[in-house]
Amino acid sequence: MDLPLPNANILSRKSAIVRRLQSVLPADAVIHDPAETKAYECDALSAYRCPPMIAVLPSSTEEVAAVLKICHEEGVPVVPRGSGTSLAGGALPTSDSVILGVSRLNTVLETDYDNRFIRVQSGRTNLSVTGAVEANGFFYAPDPSSQLACAIAGNIAMNSGGAHCLKYGVTTNNLLGVKLVTMDGEVLEIGGPYLDAAGYDLLGLICGSEGQLGVVTEATLRILPKPEGARPVLIGFNTNEVAGACVSDIIKSGIIPVAIEFMDRPVIRAAEAFTKAGYPDVEALLIVEVEGSDGEIAEQLSRIRAIAMRHDPVEFREAKSADDAAKIWLGRKSAFGAMGQINDYMCLDGTIPVSQLPMVLRRINELSAEYGLDVGNVFHAGDGNMHPLILYDANKPGDLETCEALGAEILKLCVEVGGCLTGEHGVGIEKRDLMGAQYNATDLTAQMAIKDVFDPKWLLNPAKVFPLAASESRRVA
Amino acid sequence: MRPTSEQELAEFIRATNGPLDIRGGGTRRVRDGTSLETGGLSGITLYEPGALTMVAKAGTPLVEITAALDAENQQLAFEPPDMRGLLGTTGEPTIGGVFATNASGPRRIAVGAARDFLLGVRFVDGSGNIIKNGGRVMKNVTGYDLVKLMAGSWGTLGVLSEVSFKVLPKPEAQGIVSLPGLSITKAVAAMSRALGSPYDIAGAAHLTETANDKPDTILRVEGTEASVTYRMGQLKTLLGDMGEVVTTLSAPDHWTWVRDLTHWHGGAEDVWRISAKPSAAPELVARLPEGTRVMLDWGGGLIWAATQPGRDVRATLGTFYGHATQVKGTGFPRTQPESPGVAALTEAIRRKFDPRGVLTLGLSED
Repeated sequence: MDLPLPNANILSRKSAIVRRLQSVLPADAVIHDPAETKAYECDALSAYRCPPMIAVLPSSTEEVAAVLKICHEEGVPVVPRGSGTSLAGGALPTSDSVILGVSRLNTVLETDYDNRFIRVQSGRTNLSVTGAVEANGFFYAPDPSSQLACAIAGNIAMNSGGAHCLKYGVTTNNLLGVKLVTMDGEVLEIGGPYLDAAGYDLLGLICGSEGQLGVVTEATLRILPKPEGARPVLIGFNTNEVAGACVSDIIKSGIIPVAIEFMDRPVIRAAEAFTKAGYPDVEALLIVEVEGSDGEIAEQLSRIRAIAMRHDPVEFREAKSADDAAKIWLGRKSAFGAMGQINDYMCLDGTIPVSQLPMVLRRINELSAEYGLDVGNVFHAGDGNMHPLILYDANKPGDLETCEALGAEILKLCVEVGGCLTGEHGVGIEKRDLMGAQYNATDLTAQMAIKDVFDPKWLLNPAKVFPLAASESRRVA
Repeated sequence: MRPTSEQELAEFIRATNGPLDIRGGGTRRVRDGTSLETGGLSGITLYEPGALTMVAKAGTPLVEITAALDAENQQLAFEPPDMRGLLGTTGEPTIGGVFATNASGPRRIAVGAARDFLLGVRFVDGSGNIIKNGGRVMKNVTGYDLVKLMAGSWGTLGVLSEVSFKVLPKPEAQGIVSLPGLSITKAVAAMSRALGSPYDIAGAAHLTETANDKPDTILRVEGTEASVTYRMGQLKTLLGDMGEVVTTLSAPDHWTWVRDLTHWHGGAEDVWRISAKPSAAPELVARLPEGTRVMLDWGGGLIWAATQPGRDVRATLGTFYGHATQVKGTGFPRTQPESPGVAALTEAIRRKFDPRGVLTLGLSED
C-alpha cells in the first residue's frame, strides 16, 4: 500500500510548526516527541503503521479551528482521528502530517427527550451516547461492533452501521446536524434538531466523507425509545443456499427483523471453540432478532418459524430467557475475536444484493482454495453486508500480500454482482486502489470536485479514498 | 426535448446553452427555459422484492412504480405526497421527480425521508458528464455520498437518469389513535409522549380544520392486526390524562389527506412548509400572521401554513432552529436563505456541477 512521499519541506519546519500549535493549545495537547507520537502510528488496520509528525488533542471547537487555521497556513496535511478503530486505515497518518485527535471533546451538551435528540461533542464514544440516555428509556441506534471504543466523529466520517441497521438505518439516517470546522478554520453549523435540509443535503455529503471535508466537533443525533423487548432465534441449515433463501423469504413475508446475522461453518466452529455458546455444527447459521412486547415477539417468531420450517432447518432454537438470548449472541459477537485466536485475519466489508448470497459464498470458497488461505464468513445478511475474514500469518513472508490479493478478488466479485466495495467500514487506504472497480474516472472526478470545494488545498486526510494517481494533480497543486 | 437514452440526454446537455426547464411529470414547475422532459427515460429495470430494492429510469411514472410494488405488497414507505391538487397542476409524477425534490410524507418521521431510501443514482451534470454514485445495496460507504446530494437538489446539479431505491413491505393493518379538542401546545405534548414511547408511531399530526370544527390530534400505528390493537390500547392508557382518546382499527385513511393537504386544494393562499423542533411549534404558530391556517405533521416538527398571498412568513417567524420553504405562491426565495458559510459551499458545489448555469440557477430561485 503506497502513501505519498513525505514532504521534506514540512518536516524541516517541524519545530516552528510545533511552536505555533503550542501557542493555541495547552502544552500537554501538542505531542511531538517521536516516542509519544508512535501511539498514533496506526488504527485498527494495524498492518500499516507510520507515526505522524505531530499529534494534537484539542478540547474545544475553537481549539480545533485554531489548529486547522495554522496547518492551513503552513500547508501541513491533517489526519483527523476519532478513537482509531478504523478497519480501513482511515486514521493512518503520514510522517509529515498532524494527527488531530478529538478524544478530549467528549461532553454531552444537550439531551432533549421531547424532541428526541442528543447533542454531543464528537469524541464521545458510540456506546456512551446510548449510556447517556438509556436511563430515560432511549438509545442511539447505530451499533458498530467497536461501539465501546469508537467515537461519534469516526462514525460520522465512515457512516458506520452495525448489526441493527436493517431496521434503524446507519449513521447518516440518524444524524440531524453537525458543527463542522473546515480546513481554513471556519466553523459551520449544518443541520440541527429538525428534519431535512433547506437547500443541498450537505449533512448527507459530510457523513461518510472519511474526514476529508472537515472536522466534526459536535453532532446532533436522533435518539429512539427503547423497544419493550427483543428476542433472537438461532436457525441452522445444511447449505448456504438454503440459509440465503430463508433470509429472502423472511424479508419478502413482510416482517422486518431488527437483525439477521449469518455465519458459515468455519466461523461457527471457531466461535464455538472460543465461547462454548452451544452452536450446532452446521454449514450456515442465522441469528434473527425481533422486537416488541412479549405478544408481538411471539407473533413474529411464530411466522419466522413457519418460514424457516419450509426450508427444513437442522436446528431452530428460540431464546426462552435473557440467558438464552445472550448465549445466542455470544458466539456472533465474539466471532472476530475467535477467528483472531486461530490466526491473523483481514476483515472485508463488501456488500452484495441479498439474492446473490449463495453464488458469492460459493465463489469465495473457490477463491479461498485457489489462493490457499482460509476464509470465514460472518455478516449482516438482511442487508447483504458481508464480512469475509481471510486468515493469514503475519509472520510468514508473502502471506499478507497473498491475503490482500485474495481480498481484492473478493471485493471485485462483490462489485461484479451488483454490490459495492465497502458497506460500513469505509475506503480509507485499504480499498483506495480498488475504487476503479466500482467507479470510472468521471464518477471519481465528481466526488473529488466535492473535496475541491471544502478543502481546495487537499490537506485533510489527503491520501485516502481516491487512488493516488487519480488525486495526485490535486494533492500536489 | 425528450431524450430516450442517457447518452442522448448527455449529448443534448452538452450542446445546449440552456437554461433548461427540467420536467419529470411537470407536476411542479421549476423555472422557465428550454423544456427537457425525462419521460422518454422510462421503465423499471430491476425489482427484487426479497432484497427490498428497485431500480428504475428516472422518468418512470410513479403510478407504474406503485403498481409493481402493489403486486408484491410493498410500498415507498416514505409516502411521497401528491402535490397536484395543492399546486393546481396536472401531469403524472415521476420517480425521478420524487427523489429530486426529496418528497416525503407523514411516515417520514418513522422511517426517514426519500433521501434515506435512495440507494444509487445515475445522472448527467450541467457539463454533460454521465455520473454514477451509490448502487443498489442497502449499505454502501464506497466514496462520497453524492446520492444524498442529488436527493432534494431539484435538478440543479444534474438531471437524474436512473435511480435505485429501497422499498418496504406494506403493513397488514393500520390503526388510528385520535385525541379530539387539544390545543396546539397539548397536542405537541401528546405527540411527543407517544413518539417517545416504544409503540412505533408511524404518523403524528394535528389537524385544526376538521368536519366538526374541533381540532384533532391523530397518531398512526401499523403492523399486524394483533400488534396494532395492542399498541392502540397501550397508547390509550399512556395518553389517558390528556383527555378523550378514541382508537379505530383500520380507520378511514386520514393520511392521504394529511400527506396531500387535501383540505387546502383550490385555495388562493400561499402555502409554506416549516421544518422545526417539535416543541417550538406552538410558539412558531403563534408568530404566524393572523388568519394563517395551520396543520402540524411529524409530531409538530413540520408546520404547514396557508397565508394570505404575499406575506413574508420568514420575517414574522424570525430566528428559529429550522427553515421555511415556500411551496405555493411567489415573491420570496423558495428555500430559506442559508448562513453565509453554507451558502458559499452551496454555490461552489453548484458551479462544479453546472459551471455554465444551464440547469436551474440555484435553489433560491423562485
